[in-house]
Amino acid sequence: MRKTGISRKIFIVCNYCIFIIVCLSCMLPFIHLLALSLSGSTAAAAGEVLFWPVDFTLYSYEFAIKGGKFLRALWNSIKLVGLGTLVNLILMLLTAYPLSKSKDQLAGRNIIMGYFVLTMLIGGGMIPTYLVVVRAGLKNSIWALILPGALSVYNMIILMNFIRNLPPELQEAARIDGAGELQVLVRVMVPLLKPSLATVGLFSIIGHWNNWFGGIIYMDDTARYPLATYLQSLLRDFETLLRTAGTDYAALIGQMNAQTGRAAQLFLGALPIMLVYPFLQKYFTTGLTLGSVKG
Amino acid sequence: MKKRLKKGWPMYLMLLPGIIVTFIFSYIPLYGLVIAFQDYNPALGFSSPWVGFKNFEFVFSQPNFIRTIWNTLYMSVMKILGSIAVSVVFALLLNEIGSRFAKRVFQTLIYIPNFMSWVILAGIMMDLLTSNGPVNQLLSFLKLPVVNFLGDTKVFPWTMIVTSIWQGFGFGTVVYLAALTGIDPELYDSAKVDGAKRMKQLRYITLPLLFPTIILMLILALGGVMNAGFDQIFNLYSPVVYSSGDIIDTYVYRLGIDQAQYSVATAVGLFKSLVSCVLVILSYILADKVANYRVF
Repeated sequence: MRKTGISRKIFIVCNYCIFIIVCLSCMLPFIHLLALSLSGSTAAAAGEVLFWPVDFTLYSYEFAIKGGKFLRALWNSIKLVGLGTLVNLILMLLTAYPLSKSKDQLAGRNIIMGYFVLTMLIGGGMIPTYLVVVRAGLKNSIWALILPGALSVYNMIILMNFIRNLPPELQEAARIDGAGELQVLVRVMVPLLKPSLATVGLFSIIGHWNNWFGGIIYMDDTARYPLATYLQSLLRDFETLLRTAGTDYAALIGQMNAQTGRAAQLFLGALPIMLVYPFLQKYFTTGLTLGSVKG
Repeated sequence: MKKRLKKGWPMYLMLLPGIIVTFIFSYIPLYGLVIAFQDYNPALGFSSPWVGFKNFEFVFSQPNFIRTIWNTLYMSVMKILGSIAVSVVFALLLNEIGSRFAKRVFQTLIYIPNFMSWVILAGIMMDLLTSNGPVNQLLSFLKLPVVNFLGDTKVFPWTMIVTSIWQGFGFGTVVYLAALTGIDPELYDSAKVDGAKRMKQLRYITLPLLFPTIILMLILALGGVMNAGFDQIFNLYSPVVYSSGDIIDTYVYRLGIDQAQYSVATAVGLFKSLVSCVLVILSYILADKVANYRVF
């Protein structure tokens, strides 16, 4: 064993301290949010709340569940995440599998590949895309939030490379048994690709869950907002929500203010990601290292 | 050729949905860029009357617009450089942590913010950075003046830069840590035999071997220089800080979506896309030449 010098020991201790502080800096903002959401309105307004609730109360959560449009937005988001991720994965598989063939196996393969890759380099940008979606009649439809980004070319290329790295004998064997291309894809490829599909699917879920911007530009009716968009509207207008909540909630509103009420709903919005994160951390890391080639 | 086409028809059928979706939502908007040279009329759509470069002349004569270009470049360059520096330092430090368990815990915690949307993060920032929020309480505890992080034009860009680095450095740390674990341990062993101290090892082994990854990340970030973080700035800025905080994307949003000046907003978007496109191609060529890295 190499002996550890005193300066090395000091370094190791300092290093741990630095990381504890850094990790705290990543956690404390969320803890502050939680503390705020569980605090009374006067304490929150006075800035007395740091990382522990003052005048503990659940009124803000009660208001989130009963008074606001929180649950409806949550339901919209669940639909969006489910449908959107399904469309993403299906479209990605259907595109990646044929493109994994060489140009000798599939005539025009390189041209089609170029067709997709070009969209990574140039695009119409915010306004023309918006106008196309509106003209396609998708305004106020959930499909406006799904179709424009339905095929991520970047993820598709990653998946295609995975398929290319699989032994070709597997496909051959299935084909000799008389399987058609779609059967090869569904019966042979999908089971083999499960880990990469899980990673890409996870990122797709998070992408849809966090998509607030689409809702703002494509939904006229706030009742159709997904959760992220609804939360975005709270950033500026929680006071309005309180005012329009109606007399039934007068008692609740007396106990909370915009700050604590908003904190509760933001915390609920962040909660699903924080809950799944430790369990799926493996997939998050793979995704990140895959993402390291992203431009 | 014919035979291959015929045999491949299920393949083409599989490709069809992707081709159609891409055509509608990528290629038609691309064609829609023509409205930058038109006076857009909703009834006529993409065949509105042509006006040449009028929209460009208009927008480039706006002092507000020139300002957004500068703000965009300033904030995004600072964010890129800052996040590379911070990530490299933390990757080096994390690499020195012996316990695998502690390493995993630290890694897990530092990149949680990466997966949070800027809506939630912005809500948290507003609470943290208010005049009587925790950050300013800490500052007054340290006998420092209270800072108006989101309302002071001088401070606002730095609030954006620092919070963006805070959100994203976990990702960079993981990437650089992966590069560090890839370094052959024998190199360090032979350096030790030669009597090289830790600082020497860092200077002559670790950093030179990490350099290609750093260059690669830098080059790849170049393509995004025209994006200074729309999600973040849109959710945290206010008219008070437009002079230093307004970026191209937020400007396009206000012009296009809020004021429905579709043609002018598209002209700005087109200008931005062209610059980005040149930068992306340039960065791919550079990545290939300098770091020997091929994206495709």
